[in-house]
Amino acid sequence: MITLADLLTLSAILFALAVAGIFLNRKNVILLLMCVELLLLAANFNFIAFSRMLGDLTGQVFVFFVLTVAAAESAIGLAILVVLFRERRSISVEDLNTLKG
Amino acid sequence: MNLHSIAAAIPEIYLIAAICLVLLFEAFVGARRPGATGTLTLLVLVIGAALTVVFADVTHRVVLFDGSYVADPLAFVLKLAGFLSVAVALLYSRSYLQGRDILKGEYYVLALSALLGIFVLISANSLLTIYLGVELLALSVYAMVAFDRESGVAAEAAMKYFVLGAIASGMLLYGMSIIYGLTGTLNLDGIAVALNAPNNLGVILGLTFIVVAVSFKFGAVPFHMWLPDAYEGAPTCVTLFIGTAPKIAYFALALRLLTHGLAGATVDWTRMLTPIAVLTLVVGNLVAIVQSNIKRMLAYSTISHVGFILLGFIAGTASGYSAALYYTLVYVLMTLGSFGVVVLASRKGFEADRLEDYKGLYRRDPLLALAMAMLMFSTAGVPPFVGFWAKLRIIQALWETSHPWLVIIAVTMSVVGAFYYLRVIKLMYFDEASASAPETVRSFGVRFALGLNAAAVLVLGVLPAPLLDLCSRVIH
Repeated sequence: MITLADLLTLSAILFALAVAGIFLNRKNVILLLMCVELLLLAANFNFIAFSRMLGDLTGQVFVFFVLTVAAAESAIGLAILVVLFRERRSISVEDLNTLKG
Repeated sequence: MNLHSIAAAIPEIYLIAAICLVLLFEAFVGARRPGATGTLTLLVLVIGAALTVVFADVTHRVVLFDGSYVADPLAFVLKLAGFLSVAVALLYSRSYLQGRDILKGEYYVLALSALLGIFVLISANSLLTIYLGVELLALSVYAMVAFDRESGVAAEAAMKYFVLGAIASGMLLYGMSIIYGLTGTLNLDGIAVALNAPNNLGVILGLTFIVVAVSFKFGAVPFHMWLPDAYEGAPTCVTLFIGTAPKIAYFALALRLLTHGLAGATVDWTRMLTPIAVLTLVVGNLVAIVQSNIKRMLAYSTISHVGFILLGFIAGTASGYSAALYYTLVYVLMTLGSFGVVVLASRKGFEADRLEDYKGLYRRDPLLALAMAMLMFSTAGVPPFVGFWAKLRIIQALWETSHPWLVIIAVTMSVVGAFYYLRVIKLMYFDEASASAPETVRSFGVRFALGLNAAAVLVLGVLPAPLLDLCSRVIH
């Protein structure tokens, strides 16, 4: 039997992986975008787990909204990435270093 | 639910219709007449403000759409401020966009959808509405930062802003999911009732994520890394936009989420916000001193103002929240003006973003220098300008709730902050101009608006009572 604690642990692991991926990754901006998606999915997982435990559908409706927003978010992220690539000819995270101080 | 009952939501409904209209107008007319969409947008904002005054001026709390939307006097004031600040920001932007060949209708559509996001946040009464408002605002703003496609710096700034903003949204969502799991409802009223008991570890965990997300969005230290980069890299007119109206929305976010929904955990989030606010004040003011880029300097000055706004929340009383509201409105007014000066002082190929570009501005353009001097005095908190009252109210609220250490830090940091504001004035009035600086923007309408903006800072400072009364009336 899968308990709520199992589901929450899995979502916490996904969340931690996503955050670690964002901060550790130095190579590729597309990986950053994937980690951002994973972050949102981890939160979705929580919502669904709680929704099932509470027997309340609002949590699952919330997930549909989050999925839609996540799609829009990746669209914007990829659009910015295209602009960036056109200027820099590179999508390496290490090249994002012009602004500092 | 009939048509009459949703009258309080007219501002948002109108704004969605107007966005569609502006988008169609841009598609069919915009290409032939480049400036027309901008004029239409200003008209849309003026009509919107009028409709808001007619329909949304509610005397009591109105809850709509199954409790996910709330209209109250506070929302009314914030929405009017939103209309006004976006209109002024777009007015200042025009010459800047024109000079760099990016005067496109999409800019105005994005600004309007950001405004819609701000309104949704202002009127949010459930976690879902808050999340949608945050994302609508953030996604529009990311696109605006990357709007100048020729500028590699802008794309980099947008990318950093996007990734860090997305982390903040993820944190917010994760915190919300925990709060939902513990209370079984998304409605803020319901959460406020459910969290009345003494709090367990789960609530504190959820709260931590939410406090981090709110600090991220506000740009509070140590979650401020995106703010100076986004401010510096974005085209100045976009910096002007993201520095003003969204702050109103984030104030509303903090107020609705922390002081209403999570009111039962006030002790816990006050304890979390206190070190954040102190760090924000100290780091913002100290790092601003060493900046040589005025956009970056104003970004750190924004961070220090955020510290003050958070101090209002830490006071934890109605007078503290109304002081924070007053501070937010005053901050928006002053930032519109000071970034407005940066926009007007720049020309194509000369961004006027280094501090030395302001040397001798007084000789080149006395009126612009006078406006900037007034705005800088006000931002530093020098009486009789309005910035003084904003700081005073926050400090008063802290003193009343016996936080003497926070008062001492706030006052010390205001004195430190005065240094870099006064340095701008010294550069403008007492240093020799460099020969290469081009002429400032001379178009009468914009300069008139900037003059009014600077005058407002003085007039509201001499007669502070009406706005102060308004702020304490809408927060009870």
